[in-house]
Amino acid sequence: MRAAGGIVAGIALDSATQPVAAAEAAITRAAPGARPAVLSMLEAIQRTVGGTSINKGRVKLELPPLVENGNTVGLAVRVDSPMTPADHVKAIHVFSEKNPQPYVVTFRLGPRAGRASVATRVRLADTQTVVAICEMSDGSFWSDSVNVVVTLAACTEEL
Amino acid sequence: MSTARALINVPATARRGDIIDIKALISHEMETGFRRTQLGVPIPRDIITQFVCTYNGAEIFRAEFHPAIAANPFLAFSTIATESGTIAFHWTGDNGFSATESAAISVA
Repeated sequence: MRAAGGIVAGIALDSATQPVAAAEAAITRAAPGARPAVLSMLEAIQRTVGGTSINKGRVKLELPPLVENGNTVGLAVRVDSPMTPADHVKAIHVFSEKNPQPYVVTFRLGPRAGRASVATRVRLADTQTVVAICEMSDGSFWSDSVNVVVTLAACTEEL
Repeated sequence: MSTARALINVPATARRGDIIDIKALISHEMETGFRRTQLGVPIPRDIITQFVCTYNGAEIFRAEFHPAIAANPFLAFSTIATESGTIAFHWTGDNGFSATESAAISVA
């Protein structure tokens, strides 16, 4: 894994040096009730990837750099993969840093997709970093992140 | 509750082995569960949580939605045209939401 700047390198370092159990324990300590406290994006990512380290590259997350209306933002993810039965994308997870919940969407695909390219529309509650993590058939994880400036946030306030 | 309108876009014909693009849009408010009324009463979550696409009965694509998906969820993905038949779309969600749509494809 080559060194890379930005938030994803931080994630990779965290997951390489710190067992997921520690993060999980921290979460349960913070919220002893039935419902866990609001997860941070990094915790959510660690829960998804387990202890595996995340590589930078192969994934291209496409989001507009400046969003006027956070209620509907086009999002596309493309992964550099031959999509053969031996080497394909199993899943693509998208995480948000500052929405009320870190989880945005999970796509599950396979060799029958032909190409690893998916799109949807998401809500963004604030100016933030959005991360896409791709899970390959060989068990490796790859990621890309985009900083998005949101001028009108997706409404989480009253009607 | 399955009064939601769904729009799907699948090519009617394709050559065997072609990669075809599929688009699916369904009308749904996707109430996040984080909003409150003016009286401060929380509005309960009501979202579509899962989308499954099958090609002649075999699953080819699945998506798990969270409240961060915009209202009227839209999806675009692809598949390889393998044989003539039916591509079916199934959405399920909170409060027993369920909707199904399908399209026929003829593969030469």
